Amino acid sequence: MSPDPAHDRTVGRGAGQAAYPPVQVTSPTFVGMPKFPKAARAELANAQQRRNLRHATHTIRDKRAHVVAEVDDWEALRVKGADAKDEALTHLADYLERLEESLTANGAVVHWARDAAEANRIVVDIVRAKEVDEVVKVKSMVTQEIELNEALEAAGVSAWETDLAELIVQLGHDRPSHILVPAIHRNRKEIRDIFLREMGAVGRPAPDDLTDDPARLAEAARLHLREKFLRAKVGISGANFAVADSGTLVVVESEGNGRMCLTLPETLISVVGIEKVLPTWDDLTTMLQLLPRSSTGERMNPYTTMWTGVHEGDGPQEVHVVLLDNGRSHVLADRVGRQALRCIRCSACLNVCPVYERTGGHAYGSVYPGPIGAVLNPQLRGTTSDIDRSLPYASSLCGACFDACPVRINIPELLVELRGKVVEESGPTPESTAMKAAAWVLSDPRRLATAQKAATIAGRLAGGRTIRSVPGLGAWTNARDLPTPPRETFRQWWVREHGNEDA
Amino acid sequence: MSARDEILARVRDAVADVTTPPRAAETPTTEGAGAAGPAAGPAAGPARDATLELFAENVADYRATVLRATGEEVPAVLADVLAGLECRSLVVPSGLDPSWLSRLPDAVVRVPESEATSHGQLDDVDAVVTTATVGIAVTGTIVLDHAAGQGRRELTLVPDIHVCVVADRDVVPHVSDAVTRLRPSPGSARPLTWISGPSATSDIELQRVEGVHGPRTLVVVLVSEPTSKEGPGDAVPTRGGGH
Repeated sequence: MSPDPAHDRTVGRGAGQAAYPPVQVTSPTFVGMPKFPKAARAELANAQQRRNLRHATHTIRDKRAHVVAEVDDWEALRVKGADAKDEALTHLADYLERLEESLTANGAVVHWARDAAEANRIVVDIVRAKEVDEVVKVKSMVTQEIELNEALEAAGVSAWETDLAELIVQLGHDRPSHILVPAIHRNRKEIRDIFLREMGAVGRPAPDDLTDDPARLAEAARLHLREKFLRAKVGISGANFAVADSGTLVVVESEGNGRMCLTLPETLISVVGIEKVLPTWDDLTTMLQLLPRSSTGERMNPYTTMWTGVHEGDGPQEVHVVLLDNGRSHVLADRVGRQALRCIRCSACLNVCPVYERTGGHAYGSVYPGPIGAVLNPQLRGTTSDIDRSLPYASSLCGACFDACPVRINIPELLVELRGKVVEESGPTPESTAMKAAAWVLSDPRRLATAQKAATIAGRLAGGRTIRSVPGLGAWTNARDLPTPPRETFRQWWVREHGNEDA
Repeated sequence: MSARDEILARVRDAVADVTTPPRAAETPTTEGAGAAGPAAGPAAGPARDATLELFAENVADYRATVLRATGEEVPAVLADVLAGLECRSLVVPSGLDPSWLSRLPDAVVRVPESEATSHGQLDDVDAVVTTATVGIAVTGTIVLDHAAGQGRRELTLVPDIHVCVVADRDVVPHVSDAVTRLRPSPGSARPLTWISGPSATSDIELQRVEGVHGPRTLVVVLVSEPTSKEGPGDAVPTRGGGH
């Protein structure tokens, strides 16, 4: 735990925030989300989804454990990963300037966006200037965060998601429920049905004899997307890493859809959160070991593309990079909370979380679900909404997420910090009043003795019965029996047996 | 205030509590790149054999096919492999050793890189044969920097078969060795493609399926003698030397 009191951790902020608030504006999809327990209850009722999630999270958990055990000193690698990210974050302005300089020197155009609306405006303007009505997209968390697809749609541009899972989500008019495997809540049969029903409306239809064999489903996606890849003029991506000293952007993927989007179009636009910066090229050594083993449980993911601005005669000849804040500088200002910005979106914490495994991702009310979402969203968006106030409680604090995190984000510590903040902000509640009263009683032996004597009255009234509920504390006592207070306190017993000589 | 200035001001302000200076910048100099570059050849011996063995094992573990050959055997091996895959056409990267394709039947159409100018054209081609710039044993990865012999990035992406000839002197043990070798030199950075097995997905019930958008067949030919491969690697004078 931090020695700093919660209210003292936030250091000063710059001027000019009237137009651009420090925290992220909750995107339209998630406005008005009910608090986590309520949303979770609905998800828990879906037995099919629970089965799908249990199967998937256990499969990936075992794979991860296996390849992590292969590495001689995984812990040392984690420490190095955390250090590299901390170095970048604690000197972020320096490294961002360095990144901009390197990118520009290599022919890329750098844009800066304070929030989602500004980033979307920049991307839409570039796409409009290209006079296209469609773009192909690499799976990217940050473009989901800013709801770029919706912004493009509003501008009359179709954004085709090309990652298989994103395609399943997009065709199913669904929402992603996992960082790495957004369609984790769907099984093969559901996917087959979605492909048969929806593919024809937006391009090449799925073959009529499509089965639910994963290889056949992948083949259907290959055929459906190929024509889109071959004709697309504009590609949109995020980046896993942005190397400040070389100006290199890195996208880590499996299917080759990333390579298609990053290579074939004439224009490439990459939206990159400012926390994606790595100080030096050598830091890739650490990250390229940590990320694949933690996310898909592989020694190395099938494809990684690295590009440094424009490469003459190879790939897009117009390269844009949009550096996005959208609440990140607000998170950075919190001395404890800033470690959440180390996150490399591997999703290992989701896969080991007992809460996520049961509720799935939708209940978290954000594109960032699971333990990391529970600490990231209330920091990025602030704690003004029901969902963001409830997220720090969406955990049993078992600590499995911290153990799995490749960059050692102490998620349980952050959850406790955020709970403290939520309680502080929400003013007196029956619980906090009761706790304050208890503190007052327990801090003085005479008060305690008086209270104990009073309790014996309740004990005598209850007789031998168990107290199963207390009026006004219904929810809390639903699942708990209250111990029946004794008819006599220890002190009273002592006086009765030994007299008052030692009192 | 511009968005740039405002974001930079905000992040500066946010870490006002941090007093340590930024880590000494490890500027990538041409000198550094040279020293850590291809000249750092691996030593021969048992450790070397183990590295190559591990590389072959890990490449195969991702369901790529691994073949081992000597330099002279490369043309025959390539002819066999491509015949076995029923390849009728292939795109040939500029700078690829022409002798490598000398044993292919005349019926196999060879499209030079310079003539493969449209995506659609590449989509009609069955295969591509390239070299690689480095192989990583511990992960079974090959890395292309798309220099001579490796083709533009789309050449190894659109055709469905990728045959990659890797010289054993280019196989390094660890990821760190590869990252050091591949450090971009300022002003002439190359695009990089790291490939570990054929295209794959785990998006359906987290079950790995090989073959989505990239080449569905990957064959790695590990060559145990220096070949006449062209490109930057040619500067290396000795095989297994450098120590």
